Amino acid sequence: MSDKASGPPAGPGPGADPDPAPVSTQPPPAAEGSEPPKGQGLNHVIIDAVTHGSPAVTTTLAILLALVVGALIIAFSDTQVLHEWSTFFSNPGAAISAAWDSIAAAYSALFEGAIFNPHTIAAAFHGGSVGAIFYPLSQTASQATPLILTGLSVALAFRAGLFNIGAASQWIGGAIVATYLGFAVSLPLVIHAIVCIIGGFAGGAALGWLVGDLKARTGAHEVIVTIMLNYVMYDFLSYLLGTPSALQLPHQSNLISPTIASSAQLPHVGGPPPQVGVGFLVALAAAGGMWWLLARSTTGFQFRTVGANPSAARTAGMSVGRTWVLAMLLAGGLAGLSGAVTIQGTFYSLNFQSYGTYGIDGITVALLGRARPLGVVLAALLFGALDAGSTVMQAATSVPVDITEVIEGLIVLFVAAPPLIRAVFRLRAARETGMEAVAKGWNG
Amino acid sequence: MTALATVTSARRPITVNRRYIAAGVFVLFGLVNIFLFGMFAHKGDATFALALPTASVHVPSIHAPARLVPIILGAISIALGILRATIDEPPWAKRLSIGLVLLFLVIGLLCWADTGSWANGIPVNVVSLLQGTLAASIPLILGALAGCMGERAGVINIAIEGQLLLGAFTAAIVASAVGVLWLGLIGGSLAGGLVGLVLALFAIRWLVDQIILGVVLNLLISGLTGYLYDRLLVPDANTYNNASTFSAIKVPGLGDIPIIGPIFFDSTLFLYITYAAIIAVQVGLFSTRWGLRVRAVGEHPTAADTVGIKVNGIRYGNLIMGGMLAGIGGAYLTIGSVGTFSKDMSSGLGYIALAAMIFGRWTPWGATGAALLFGFTEALQSFMGSITVPISPFLLGMLPYVATIIAVAGLVGRVRAPAADGKPYVRA
Repeated sequence: MSDKASGPPAGPGPGADPDPAPVSTQPPPAAEGSEPPKGQGLNHVIIDAVTHGSPAVTTTLAILLALVVGALIIAFSDTQVLHEWSTFFSNPGAAISAAWDSIAAAYSALFEGAIFNPHTIAAAFHGGSVGAIFYPLSQTASQATPLILTGLSVALAFRAGLFNIGAASQWIGGAIVATYLGFAVSLPLVIHAIVCIIGGFAGGAALGWLVGDLKARTGAHEVIVTIMLNYVMYDFLSYLLGTPSALQLPHQSNLISPTIASSAQLPHVGGPPPQVGVGFLVALAAAGGMWWLLARSTTGFQFRTVGANPSAARTAGMSVGRTWVLAMLLAGGLAGLSGAVTIQGTFYSLNFQSYGTYGIDGITVALLGRARPLGVVLAALLFGALDAGSTVMQAATSVPVDITEVIEGLIVLFVAAPPLIRAVFRLRAARETGMEAVAKGWNG
Repeated sequence: MTALATVTSARRPITVNRRYIAAGVFVLFGLVNIFLFGMFAHKGDATFALALPTASVHVPSIHAPARLVPIILGAISIALGILRATIDEPPWAKRLSIGLVLLFLVIGLLCWADTGSWANGIPVNVVSLLQGTLAASIPLILGALAGCMGERAGVINIAIEGQLLLGAFTAAIVASAVGVLWLGLIGGSLAGGLVGLVLALFAIRWLVDQIILGVVLNLLISGLTGYLYDRLLVPDANTYNNASTFSAIKVPGLGDIPIIGPIFFDSTLFLYITYAAIIAVQVGLFSTRWGLRVRAVGEHPTAADTVGIKVNGIRYGNLIMGGMLAGIGGAYLTIGSVGTFSKDMSSGLGYIALAAMIFGRWTPWGATGAALLFGFTEALQSFMGSITVPISPFLLGMLPYVATIIAVAGLVGRVRAPAADGKPYVRA
């Protein structure tokens, strides 16, 4: 995949030219980078964006390229396909159609699990439930919820020039506090849920604060501290879940917490069965809040200034250390919120199944979203769709869910390398893209 | 330049602080030794065995009074702490005192653990403890050396984790499918080198941010190996995931020395490769013309380019060679110890190797020392588990990570990476 020579035959056919349609609907992450050429009409803007590879275009092409590579991996790890290909020269048609069938089956199941299943529409006409049509989309939203929040966490830290690999530990911190408040305290209906959410935020924020404070005071690098904290919190969670007097469900040998009280559970809203969880709304509100913070507030201005150039920020009289601490505190809080929302809205009890991989996925979501709130939400929806679809895909075609991890990794890898995408799709010229803004070495 | 400003402006208060932080940590450890291990120790002697139960040569065991020893060692630790706070010690004395205080704490812990009713008089076998330390350190050392090679040339390598994992995966598959262990080792090494090449291509040619790149590569490799594991290895485990393992080779002569022999000279090929790699990287980087060039590229690529050193050529070479070392470390995980591959079996070792490298200040010796420290806590943990010490294994498992945070924050503080680390070189 790294070799340019192998790229073009796989990619450009379906992708390069007949693709301007998604571009016009692509929402604004592009807006900040590319300035529209003067007075030449919308058409020209679009064509210009495509041929020059604006961020929106390269992102779209990167997703496409990742899906193509993923398809090849699916096809050529299928033993049936491999069997047909071993006799490629005697019957090339069968080999290619076997590969195509394998890919089509997997990706259509992925699509049906993530966006919508045509059968449900047919069923709805024959008296089935209309709600079932939207079931896959509500699954996608539910999967995306924790990713939005951990993605925002990593993104916020990025904007202040910090690399938060510790969203996983902060997630655990938030989940522990929210779960404990959820089953050990009894409070009235709405208040209980709110208290748990605030507790989750605080749990994550405490860990984030620790990282920021250590960096500001002693210069301990946040990458090391967050990596170590991930392990510490993972072991700490195992300890709590294995200790009956702490978080373990009584009379259980499994590592699982009691179920939280129904008053602490987040309800689902909006009509018949396929609904949106309140957690999703919380995540969107957090994204909105982060947008306001970064774009409209003095604190956000300090974050961005320190992120862009700490020396300049210091010269201008800002306290770099305090900004780091505050940024990490808020970032930790967002990841903690993710933990709280996952427990309160989806799993209702804390164990290692609910733990998932939200922390690490938050990094990829933040990178794909170019560390901007709207971008993070869109990226999380994309990854949520892949996650929701992949379980359906595994059930239908026995293609392991791990393929989504590969596709997600490839998407971010390609998005991070616009020159590669431009080379593969033969796009012209380099324009400034957002990704370079977060580039930092150890010393920065 | 931003980095420089950050460092200089923040440095002054820290050195003063750190002196007292270090002294405080020494005193704290001393107090723990006296009051936790000393006062709570059970009556009797802790036994430290100096030979394996199967050894032919008899080495007498050491019996230490379990109450007195921690108290004495704790008192010495406190004295070292006071000394640290009052006089300005030379660097070697600082390092020595840190080492001693840590050692004393471990001895105190072992005295306490070994005299408890749970231990049933099982001695602390120092030889097997240290054997376990070296075994656990092999992937960490090789991974940390891979990190050193890359970062000394100015490319951050967070993909050590992925290199270990892909190395383990490839070694298991090749060794199982072909049936030749040697080919498994070579395959694992090449797989690590391949990751190094991909890292180099994206970092050098396509100028992708290197920290991001590493994290993404790790994700990608975790997904890919997990996917192939479910899709190919599980359905056909006998063909693809059924490797044998390298057996131990005793070095003639050296292997028969009591105590030292079984620890250092009676192990699999991987340990000897690790020795060679440590020496090669240390000598190579600091005593050869090539090493001087590598370090020049990592510190000031423009200057290096001016005198005719091929900056990106050196970077490609180092990342690939480093990746091959890490790939061998990964191969150890399968064909060096358990034989079969399992999902995400590197389980964060690559990140610990990364921390060991930074902890060791980007030097092979330092990285090796830090990796041994992690390896030791690993071995200690499994020993404590084997005598069923009444401390949760999860809490014990937290120790190395908490220790790293304390070390990075209190003892090491602001470390300085090679100046051009993480910055792609584009000729102006």
